[in-house]
Parts: sequence; C-alpha cells; structure tokens
Amino acid sequence: MAKTLGPVKRKFSPWTDPNAVPFIRFENITKRFGDFVAVDNLTLDIYEKEFFSLLGPSGCGKTTLMRMLAGFEEPTEGRILLQGNDIRGVPPYRRPTNMMFQSYALFPHMTVEKNIAFGLEQDNLPKADIAARVEEMLKLVKLEQFAKRKPNQLSGGQRQRVALARSLAKRPKVLLLDEPLGALDKKLREETQFELMDLQHTLGLTFLIVTHDQEEAMTVSDRIAVMDKGVIVQVATPAEIYEAPNSRYVADFIGDINILEGTITETGSALGAPGAVNIDCGGLFVAVDQECQAVKGDQVAFAVRPEKVRISPDAPADTSVNSFYGEVWDIGYLGDFSLFLVRSEDGRILRAAQANVSRLVDRPITFGDMVWLTWSRDAGLVLTR
Amino acid sequence: MTNVAETNPATNAAINAGGPSWTRWLVVAVPYVWLLLFFVAPFLIILKISFSDTAISIPPYTPTFKGFGALGDFFSQLDFENYIFLTEDPLYIWSYLSSLRIAAISTLLLLLIGYPMALAMARAPTSIRPTLVMLVILPFWTSFLIRVYAWIGILKPDGLLTLLLQTVGLMGPDQQVQIFRTDYAVFIGIVYSYLPFMVLPLYSALEKMDNSLLEAASDLGCPPWKAFWKITFPLSLPGVIAGSMICFIPITGEFVIPDLLGGADTLMIGKTLWTEFFGNRDWPLASAVAVILLIMLVVPIMIFQNQQKKVA
Repeated sequence: MAKTLGPVKRKFSPWTDPNAVPFIRFENITKRFGDFVAVDNLTLDIYEKEFFSLLGPSGCGKTTLMRMLAGFEEPTEGRILLQGNDIRGVPPYRRPTNMMFQSYALFPHMTVEKNIAFGLEQDNLPKADIAARVEEMLKLVKLEQFAKRKPNQLSGGQRQRVALARSLAKRPKVLLLDEPLGALDKKLREETQFELMDLQHTLGLTFLIVTHDQEEAMTVSDRIAVMDKGVIVQVATPAEIYEAPNSRYVADFIGDINILEGTITETGSALGAPGAVNIDCGGLFVAVDQECQAVKGDQVAFAVRPEKVRISPDAPADTSVNSFYGEVWDIGYLGDFSLFLVRSEDGRILRAAQANVSRLVDRPITFGDMVWLTWSRDAGLVLTR
Repeated sequence: MTNVAETNPATNAAINAGGPSWTRWLVVAVPYVWLLLFFVAPFLIILKISFSDTAISIPPYTPTFKGFGALGDFFSQLDFENYIFLTEDPLYIWSYLSSLRIAAISTLLLLLIGYPMALAMARAPTSIRPTLVMLVILPFWTSFLIRVYAWIGILKPDGLLTLLLQTVGLMGPDQQVQIFRTDYAVFIGIVYSYLPFMVLPLYSALEKMDNSLLEAASDLGCPPWKAFWKITFPLSLPGVIAGSMICFIPITGEFVIPDLLGGADTLMIGKTLWTEFFGNRDWPLASAVAVILLIMLVVPIMIFQNQQKKVA
C-alpha cells in the first residue's frame, strides 16, 4: 500500500536515473563565518535543465550556498563540481554562472540597454552581435520601448525584468536567482513565476532559485531542497515535499498541517496488513497506511493536511479511529476555501479546510456547532523525525 | 514607484503644502538675507573701490561716498583704469595663470592621493569606519597656521626631513634637502592642508555605493580592475567633482601656504593681492585683482552646480 507520486509538472526526473551525471555537485560543503556555521557538510546534486529551489527560513544557509556557486564565497571545506570540474578558486568573472540579485543590482548610471549589454561587452563580442542579443533580450522581457531609460525611471516590476534580461543575456550554463520575485506584489509575482518556467523550458537552461516563499518554490521547481540551519532536510519534487514530508520540520514549513504527537501501538506485521500503523495520540486513535521504519512503542508524530480532513455534523460509522469530535472554535473564510478550527473537550485544536464549492455564504456549519472531523487511512502521515 | 514621486516637483509641492506658506519662506529667507548682507554688500564695496582711483588719504582711494546729493558726480569719477592696468603689467596675468596651474596640479595630486584613501575607508569594516573618518578630521583640531608652520620645521634645509634622511643614510652629513621656499614645498603644504576636503566628499560618495553592484559586474565577467573604471569611478563622479571644486577654488586664492613655504619666485594671485593691498596700499588695484579672481572662480562653481543638477 506504499504511496506513489507520479510526475506532476513534466516528465523529467534525471535524479531517478542512477547513470545520470549531475550538472552541479556540492560535495561535503562546509562554510563557516567565524564561529557561525552557515552550511554544514552538505552534499547535493543538481541536474542539467533542472529548475531547482533552495527553500528555507532566513539564515538557513541557502543564500550562502548559492553565493558559493557564483564564486562570491569560497567553501571552508568540500568542493563544488560544475560539469565534473572543480570550480574552487575560480573567480566569479570566470564562472559560467550568472546571477539575478535580490536587489537587482542594476547599474544606476547605465541605460537598460547598457545594463543588458554589460556582460556581453566583457566577452569582447562584435558590436552587431551584442546589439542583436540585447534586442532579443528586450523582446523576451517585453521592455523594447524602455531601452534608453535609466533604472530609476522604471517601476519595480520593470527593473526585475531588466535584471532577468541582464542575467540571461550571456546564456549562462546555470542561472542563479536570489529571491528574484521578493519585491513584487502577489499578482505580478505569480505571473512572473510562470514566465520564469516558460523561459527555462524554451532556453533549456539550469535554474537554481533561492527563496523563502514555499508557494513560489512549489510552483516553479522540478525539485526543492528544504534547508534548516545549514543542512538539507529533504530534497524532493514539490508533490513529494507536500504529500510525503520526511520530518516534522518539512511538514510544518510547507503548507498548513495538523500535527499530533503520539506512540505507536501496533505496526503492519502484527496488524496483518503490511504498511499499516496504529498510533495512540493521547486518547485519539489513528490508523495510517504507510510503510515506516518505526516500531511499536516509538514516539512519532501523526500529520494530516487540513484539506484532507472532512468536516460533518454527523458522526461517522466508526468513531473509534481517525475521527475527532469538537466544537467549531473559529472559521477562516479565505474565499476559495474556508478553514475550520475545531476544539475538542481536552482543548486540542485540529484544522479542516473545505472548498467553497457553492456561492452560498450561509454555511451549514458555524461557530459553536459540534462537529466530527474524519480522514481516511491514506490521508495522514507518520513522521519519525 | 517612489522614485517617480521624488522627482516629480508637482507631487512634492502637493506633499509640502502642509504648513502655512510664510513659515516656509521665512526658513528660506533667513540664510539668504544673511548671505546677501555678508557676501553681496562687501563685494559691492570692493567692486566700487576697484573702479576708483588711488589717493593719499584715509581711506586711500577717491571718490568716497558723500551722500545721495552728489551721486551723479560720484559715478562720473569711476572708471576701468585699474582693470586696464591689470592687462598691461604681465605680473598680474602670470600670477593668475600660475595660481590656476598650482591649483590644477594640486587638485590632481589630491585626487590621486585622496581617492585610494577614500576607497580604502569606504571598503573598511563598518566598525572602524567612524574611527577612520575621525582620523581624517583630526588635523582640524589644531590651527591651520600652526600646521603650515610645522612644515617649515620639517622642510627647511636643517629641518627634520634632512635629519631623517641623514640618519637612515640616504644623505651624507654635508647634504641638505633643498625643498623649502620652492614650488615643491607649496605643493606639499597644499596637498597636506586640503586632503581632508578631498577625502570626505569622495568617501561619502563611495560609501553609499551598493557592494552588490560590484558583485554583479564580477558575475557578468568583469574583472575587479575593470569594474573600478566601469562602475565605481563613474558612480563616484559627484564626489570627485565636489572634492575637486572644494579644493580647487580656495587653492587658487591661497595666500598663507605660498607665503610661508614658497620662494620669491612662487607666483600666486593671493600673494600679489596681499602685496598690492598692504605693501603698496593700492586698494583700488587690489580690489580689481580680487574682482577678477572672483569672476574666474565663479565659472567652475557654475559648472559644478550644473553637474550637481544633472546628477540629481
């Protein structure tokens, strides 16, 4: 009964191919700033044409990791391989990577055109080639009529596009994006996310993006590495990260989730059904279909996402397992769905989300109602870490 | 979008229109009235004297103002005689040119020495920057005159420099440094005295620069030395211009340094002015010299102002 997660975005999964050669390889990388360990013995492979995200809270080392690839920082220990070549000690201006900076770092004294041409001019390309490429980039980011403007005459979104065009102009082997959309408003950010994905597909480049915005990482990436305190907690596809987080940290960091601590009362073999786990979460009994390493008596966490929890005023057929009785404590109306906070007699709160499928504002369930929360055996997760 | 608002005068006026308008005018008017009183009035007096004739009297020029009744007579006695004289005696033209030359060379030297200093200060760790700025300002705590005097003690033939060079063996015991009372001594004195005025505007321009611009340049394939000329230097131009103007203008009229450190052949307009005024007691001619000097210096100031406007 092991869960399988098929490809969600596209049929692209070189990381599952044991013969695939990684394009970028971080090998036992450690980076210390004085006493502070920013990156701690980290190993990570990124494949060609992959859209890879480094996701984590600020200070988790994701930016440091990216800056080491760009060459702005040198690892204290370990090595970085790009197409099999150790690039330690290679200065940034000789690396085939380009970066889009969080602050955009546009040259304020140069026009949009000059900014985009800057990298190409460093390669001493013929003037005509540079002009042609600049024009192509301007068209790509739809800024043709702004070519002669200075950065301070542009809006935030336009500056972001110039920065993108400038970093793409040299057709880098790897494009590094440091919180590229952080300064944009939500609508523009979502639009740009899809544009970034399109660009990456059309140009066939490898993108490495640093972000603390989990939605952004989920939207654009082929794979996500969730980082915490200088180490990678999980590397997986967005669907796996969301549906099968490997730890409480990842489950909690990505999306909304109910987490209940408990003890395993029985596992698969004893239950006669391999891949089944029964957990006692302080009087709340939970049954989950999941292969896991934990054995009877282990302290684990049971986690279930609110959208996988059903809410109903009627009691389910079997109230002894996977069910939770309580009072509607709070309702969050979010437009596309409503979030119900249900509080049991012992004070525990579980969240259930319900899609607002009709325009009926007068919902059948409201504050103070006594309701039943239920979930199926394959909705929840057992987290051992 | 904030930038657009900042550069839009209409929007700014709308934002500023909070208080009553006369208070704003008052704030602007006070410094201007002050400047008018203590700059324009003395200048007009000097201008008037420059059109007068020298006379053996107190004050040593004629005509003097004798009331509004004799105003027509007063104006009829003014003429351009002194200005014509300035063009006839090459001493004055040479003094002007020599001053400009010394000021130009000094400003260039100041830039060459001040720029690396300012750059090093701007790139120093944030924690020690205030100390570095403090050290640059430190010389101001003693009198300018005393500091220039101190250079006499260093540069004179039997001074500290000679002693040092003899001690380390670079000079024989019978040799002496022959810098004092030459143009070299003047350059040393000027560069020493004006260095803070060059370093501080440069530092403030360089310190504002976003380090990520240099990282971006490097990332795009630009090695550091090239990035200096493509990014750092162009962005520091306002500081370069401000520092150069702040140094060039007073150096041109400098009197104390060439008088104390320079030789008899060090020709500077400040010294000539002094001689005319106090030596020859020719106030009208000295005033004409001063007026021409002012006009010469107004031109670079206007260029500077124009540049500032462009930057803003």
